[in-house]
Amino acid sequence: MPAVSKGDGMRGLAVFISDIRNCKSKEAEIKRINKELANIRSKFKGDKALDGYSKKKYVCKLLFIFLLGHDIDFGHMEAVNLLSSNKYTEKQIGYLFISVLVNSNSELIRLINNAIKNDLSSRNPTFMCLALHCIANVGSREMAEAFASEIPRILVAGDTMDSVKQSAALCLLRLYKTSPDLVLMGEWTSRVVHLLNDQHMGVVTAAISLITCLSQKNPDEFKTCVSLAVSRLSRIVSSASTDLQDYTYYFVPAPWLSCKLLRLLQCYPPPEDGAVKGRLVECLETILNKAQEPPKSKKVQHSNAKNAILFEAISLIIHYDSEPNLLVRACNQLGQFLQHRETNLRYLALESMCTLASSEFSHEAVKTHIETVINALKTERDVSVRQRAADLLYAMCDRSNAKQIVAEMLSYLETADYSIREEMVLKVAILAEKYAVDYSWYVDTILNLIRIAGDYVSEEVWYRVIQIVINRDDVQGYAAKTVFEALQAPACHENMVKVGGYILGEFGNLIAGDPRSSPLVQFNLLHSKFHLCSVPTRALLLSAYIKFINLFPETKATIQEVLRCDSQIRNSDVELQQRAVEYLKLSSIASTDVLATVLEEMPPFPERESSILAKLKKKKGPGAVSVPDLEDGKREGGELNGGGERGPDSAAMSASNASTPSPSADLLGMRSAAPMSAAPTSAGSLLVDVFSEAGPAAPSAAVNDDGFLSSAPPSEDPATLLSEADELLNKFVCKNNGVLFENQLLQIGIKSEYRQNLGRMYLFYGNKTSVQFASFTTTVSCPGELQSHILSILRATKPVEPVVEGGAQIQQVLNIECLTDFSEAPLLNIKFRYGGALQNLSLKLPVTINKFFQPTEMTSHDFFQRWKQLSQPQQEAQKIFKANHSMDTEVLKAKLLGLGTALLDDVDPNPENYVCAGVIQTKGQQVGCLLRLEPNGQAQMYRLTLRCSKDSVSLRLCELLAQQF
Amino acid sequence: MQFMLLFSRQGKLRLQKWYVPLSDKEKKKITRELVQTVLARKPKMCSFLEWRDLKVVYKRYASLYFCCAIEHQDNELITLEIIHRYVELLDKYFGSVCELDIIFNFEKAYFILDEFLLGGEPQETSKKTVLKAIEQADLLQEDKTKDAECPRSILEEIGLT
Repeated sequence: MPAVSKGDGMRGLAVFISDIRNCKSKEAEIKRINKELANIRSKFKGDKALDGYSKKKYVCKLLFIFLLGHDIDFGHMEAVNLLSSNKYTEKQIGYLFISVLVNSNSELIRLINNAIKNDLSSRNPTFMCLALHCIANVGSREMAEAFASEIPRILVAGDTMDSVKQSAALCLLRLYKTSPDLVLMGEWTSRVVHLLNDQHMGVVTAAISLITCLSQKNPDEFKTCVSLAVSRLSRIVSSASTDLQDYTYYFVPAPWLSCKLLRLLQCYPPPEDGAVKGRLVECLETILNKAQEPPKSKKVQHSNAKNAILFEAISLIIHYDSEPNLLVRACNQLGQFLQHRETNLRYLALESMCTLASSEFSHEAVKTHIETVINALKTERDVSVRQRAADLLYAMCDRSNAKQIVAEMLSYLETADYSIREEMVLKVAILAEKYAVDYSWYVDTILNLIRIAGDYVSEEVWYRVIQIVINRDDVQGYAAKTVFEALQAPACHENMVKVGGYILGEFGNLIAGDPRSSPLVQFNLLHSKFHLCSVPTRALLLSAYIKFINLFPETKATIQEVLRCDSQIRNSDVELQQRAVEYLKLSSIASTDVLATVLEEMPPFPERESSILAKLKKKKGPGAVSVPDLEDGKREGGELNGGGERGPDSAAMSASNASTPSPSADLLGMRSAAPMSAAPTSAGSLLVDVFSEAGPAAPSAAVNDDGFLSSAPPSEDPATLLSEADELLNKFVCKNNGVLFENQLLQIGIKSEYRQNLGRMYLFYGNKTSVQFASFTTTVSCPGELQSHILSILRATKPVEPVVEGGAQIQQVLNIECLTDFSEAPLLNIKFRYGGALQNLSLKLPVTINKFFQPTEMTSHDFFQRWKQLSQPQQEAQKIFKANHSMDTEVLKAKLLGLGTALLDDVDPNPENYVCAGVIQTKGQQVGCLLRLEPNGQAQMYRLTLRCSKDSVSLRLCELLAQQF
Repeated sequence: MQFMLLFSRQGKLRLQKWYVPLSDKEKKKITRELVQTVLARKPKMCSFLEWRDLKVVYKRYASLYFCCAIEHQDNELITLEIIHRYVELLDKYFGSVCELDIIFNFEKAYFILDEFLLGGEPQETSKKTVLKAIEQADLLQEDKTKDAECPRSILEEIGLT
């Protein structure tokens, strides 16, 4: 038992507490407590009326028991009785019990409120304060109803004691927080604001918390507080350390009040009144200056109080974001703290710099500390500090330092604390995407993420990398190659298998030319992981397999065997079993056409905000994520790649699941209402339906039958074909996606897919200006003989919108069918009004004969046999030309694969040469083509030879290809 | 401030003050979680941590941890000094305060806190003024308890009731 027992000791209470402390076990404690509860209960129920002291003592014991963590279900009434005692000591314990233990028992609340009402009107300041403390501690709605109108009166009355005013102010604040609708300042507003001028520092300190809260909610009504706050602050910061007597804390004048004043000012924009603003800037400068002065005391309390004000001042400077000079000074000051020996200061400096990084005035100044921050990430011993360092790196990241920061974050992830890994992963993923200039770096980064912290890579992250790879054709080959390599690791994370399965299923063909990653090798690699994976991953892999059957017919038998085995086709999991059964059936009964259509490459994802960013925001709470220049990020993100919430697996891969109409309708429905109830076997006729409307018999292939062309007389302003139209066309011989055309006003993006003799082209028209394009029309025409019977371009699924808003993009879909071989390109004419002026341009659509190539794998023997068969002179076309581009092997291979043919290895006796084989699919016939390209590195020359079963094709291909190398 | 907790190195809760309405169950859960988190931290670590959507500021004095949960826009350093000022008040009142003083005079610890902080905000930061208010109350108490002294039984004296 302690020697000191101030006031009146309740001996019985002290003995009870000692007993509890002496209990050796939890059971003994409970036993002792139950004994005490029984005793108290009997006293309360007993016939003998208890005197006030006993009541107080027992109520206090109950309180103690409750605070130990036990439930108390009686004694409330006795406590309420104590409230009406006129002995201060009993009243005080009664109020304490109520404050700690009150529940919403309405009967009791009425009695409590009654007692409070009596004390409030007692004019005894100590009683009034007790009552106000009780209201502030309980703060219930019932109390707000009873007292919310009374307390403002007490607060501003001239004769109220200072201590009562202080309690009244904070009591009102608590009620306002619970029931803002009941606390109406109305006529009192101005007098409450003027409490900032009160002589008593304690009153100002208490009142400012109330005023700040009210200002946040009703800034206009309280805006007069700004000038009052500035002058109060100015008086404090310019006072000597002794002026404020007991309100000086370790040589710092009124630190709590100063912080509160600076906080209040953050509810408002910078003062408009020049004099007030000048005075405030002076205050802020003084605070920054004082931070540089030698400390007046070595005590940590002194520096804490001083720096508390400094940090609050910096918050205000950041809030104003209008004084470059102050912002940079703040940043320098924080920079000093980054290496301070006090961990607390390092932590706060990192945190505060995060917000400075988002100001254009101080972003660069923050960036100069990058090395210190990276060092903090590596060496700080406290995870909270490392977390702040990671946040700051994220906030200071921009194009100039993204690679460095992402690399550091990745290496930190290897040893990072489990608690922050997921967030780190999200941040790395966002930065990598946002600042990716070259997308192979992006792919590498994300795959590294999965390797290092696979468990923490959420679905959003791996969905996103797939969305980006699908939307960016320039990275697809690289992605396929990289995942293929990553999957070689003996133990790789399941997320890697998911990404790998998806990407190889879509783009495995891009690396299939290399025998080390031939279709079967790819399949075996994926399948070696299958048994270690969870059900959803297995389901994804099954979809990848069926895609393989389409991409590589030679894997069909192997894969069918896998699908057919019991562990698949009779799998206990319904989803796996269904996929196995359906894919097996699909692969055995559907024609290659149907298979190709059903298993078409994924269309690009719609452009949306990164789902990862959304996740990070959700994780951190709204407003808590300081994403550097968020707007910027959104714009760039939108431009570079699409995104969406749908998981690519469900949307894409199950497209082959013919029994579910929704996702596949989008892929298959060449015309809008393609009925998807059709079983896979009838899908052939579906295609016939689609094309029967506009077959060869429908020569009006142009996109002009909806009338908008007729309103713009074609003769009025004949568009001249762009001079670079042929160049643009050549750019797309070996690739299907990219930017077709761009000028000051308009950007035209293109994405196209071809299967057999069918093709589909997506055109994206982007308005680069901020002004809308009116009367926007597009026309596709096929000049000369192309128009009538060579190439048929079906009507766009939908005519384009006649208006393109500033910054907006619209999309148009063209369906193409190759009837017979052709050499001209269709023309695209675009007309629109931009600010009154008619714009008219024509360009060639990059539809070339090689788009209809199907690759043909063959052995050396077969190749030369066919080569000899195509020996008529007109079947061969040959050209010798100078290299226009790099003669790098990989580049050449990529181009030849992009051409659509199969690149054959080990055929030509000279390994330097390239040979390719393919069949061009037209509606009427198939044209076999063999190609041989012989580079001469020394002379920087090529010899290109083509032999095709149709002579016009040889000529055209030779012409096209000579421009490519 | 949303709440303040005082607990020992063994994790025993010595004082709890809640400035936001929460159910008893929730309070217990928060206490358990936070005590565990803070006790797991090493001495040289920083005094602030992010916890749920709040900021926690804590400091250890001898065997006791003082731990405050504040909101996002609140100032960590000044909260640290709120803790210190409270410790000073206890120290001055009890005369070199120790954990036992707070255990045996828990009600006093609450009264002092109510004079200093109300509704989670500082009400009176002057040490003198706060102590004067408490001492005044004690005086009132002593006056009144004089007459209450008489009916105490001998049993009560040795603490058996």
